[in-house]
Amino acid sequence: MTFGTTDKTISVLTYTLFALFALMCVYPFYYIIINTISANDISARGEIIFYPRHIHFQNYLDVFKIPGLWNATLISLERTLLGTLLTVGASAFLGFMFTQEDMWGRRFWYRFTILTMFFNAGIIPWYLTMRTLHLTNNFLAYVLPAIVAPFFIILVKTFVESTPKELQQAASIDGAGLLTLFFRIILPISKPILATVAIFAAVDQWNSFQDTLLLVTDSKLFSLQFILYNYMNQASSLSTMVNLQNAGSTAMASLATKQTTTSIRMTVTIIVVAPILLVYPIFQRFFVKGIMIGAVKG
Amino acid sequence: MEWNTAPANVRSTNGRQALFWKRFKKQKLLHLFVGLGIVFLLIFSYSPMFGILMAFKDYSISTGIQGIFTSEWVGLDHFKEFVNDYQFGTIVRNTLMLSFLKVLFTFPAPILLAILLNEAKNLRFKRFVQTVSYLPHFISWVVVVGISFSFFSVDIGVVNKALMGLGIIDKPLAILTSPNYFWGLSVGSAVWKEMGWWTIIFLAAIAGINPSLYEAAEMDGAGRLARIRHITFPGMKGTIVVVLILTIGSILGGGLVGSNFEQAFLFGNTINNPTSEIVQTYAFKVGLKDGRFSYAAAIDLIQSVISVILIFSSNFIAKRASGSSLF
Repeated sequence: MTFGTTDKTISVLTYTLFALFALMCVYPFYYIIINTISANDISARGEIIFYPRHIHFQNYLDVFKIPGLWNATLISLERTLLGTLLTVGASAFLGFMFTQEDMWGRRFWYRFTILTMFFNAGIIPWYLTMRTLHLTNNFLAYVLPAIVAPFFIILVKTFVESTPKELQQAASIDGAGLLTLFFRIILPISKPILATVAIFAAVDQWNSFQDTLLLVTDSKLFSLQFILYNYMNQASSLSTMVNLQNAGSTAMASLATKQTTTSIRMTVTIIVVAPILLVYPIFQRFFVKGIMIGAVKG
Repeated sequence: MEWNTAPANVRSTNGRQALFWKRFKKQKLLHLFVGLGIVFLLIFSYSPMFGILMAFKDYSISTGIQGIFTSEWVGLDHFKEFVNDYQFGTIVRNTLMLSFLKVLFTFPAPILLAILLNEAKNLRFKRFVQTVSYLPHFISWVVVVGISFSFFSVDIGVVNKALMGLGIIDKPLAILTSPNYFWGLSVGSAVWKEMGWWTIIFLAAIAGINPSLYEAAEMDGAGRLARIRHITFPGMKGTIVVVLILTIGSILGGGLVGSNFEQAFLFGNTINNPTSEIVQTYAFKVGLKDGRFSYAAAIDLIQSVISVILIFSSNFIAKRASGSSLF
């Protein structure tokens, strides 16, 4: 009897907690989105809390009038595409290489790679190295350091090791060399883990902020994350600027579509986070498997 | 080395040599590719380590990279200067307290969530909660701060409106611009962002528990709490230890919940500076903004050395205590 009541209490408690927790995870995004599409004067008073009012999409057209935002979007897209491609390629290749048991010095080189996950020199020496390599104010600074990523190499290596060895052996007996083995056998069977690595790498690239902060002063190379950081502090002057531009083209901007500090901040935030929110439902099934493989080997 | 692994039935010298060359040719390609990867690591991960030297020297940026080696040795002068810095106490306190508080709250949270999720019998609901829970992990700190600006704002923020509406407070809290709330904000946002993500690993550990254990316990009359205590929790122990080692090893950098630097840098401002300035943000300011590279490198080095000691000691303790360890 006592067990029964405890069980019931636990059930009620867990479901309430879950509902609250799920709400906490989603609501902040929902709150910002409904505010960006509501009338700006109501939003600026903080009255949009549950649902949007007087829906309009002028904010999304207006923020791209801020100089630099469009360019930063392109930079972020470019680094995400190129960076992901290179990182996935290198991780697949090196992960596979480290599974070749007869390779001389394999353990040593593998440890040499993994060690970089735990030790680093700190930002100042790193900055100096990048400066010496002429990678300050250089687009390549976004993609080159990320190419060899120990964590992704572990993921691929663990995955390849979990596939049947007979596949590789059979192909070797048929005379397949290392490259044929990689492209014909390993790549096709490793698709699930490569998808996971691609997602992680793309998210890392898209979200990266620190490298722009440390290495880039040229505004043509600013990433979207960095632009958002700048705009958060300049939102009020930016809203004035956009309003002035609009005053020239349209007769009279109504209060509902006139830009405010709040509307600029919120809309840029959504632009920065939109790609992730949009692809999240599609990619979320891939990475659970990925992190579990990583967790086993850690 | 090579011929040790060669099949034993290859007896003739000719055959052995042929095999060796075949293997060598195969390995040549292998070494070339692995070598390329190693070169990348040497350049981007290992070569900066020489830069640590400058913490003991009087380095000036105008001398370029060679300056690291040619500049004058000053021994521990920069370290002494940092200890005597008027902000030293505050910075060390903030770094230690933030790291400690984050582990205290962000480490048990996913374990708890995993156990609770495991108790949920409605699979669809469970899946939904899980899917939603790791969304914040994929959002950058910049965006988290962007959302917080609107969310916690003094004039329009929904949090202050809700708290005032419920009568909990009578005037809005300056959550973003007050030294009193920075630690709470920091720990809270870290838990929010990473709790769901780390739950995945603990749920995987629970999934590995033999279901017959639960059935047997149920037959013996064990209630839910007893089952959690005697089956679920022991079943997760190995994973908990590994994650704990990882957490403690990286505790000063932000543990497993992302970058202390980005969080403190982005949430930090001149008003909450007394509680938000940490070793890394200070090193960034004196180093890259004021151009005092040697001094900044010395500050950064103190943190790195403590981190390395923490990694090895937590690994050692875990090995002794439970047999699981990382290396």
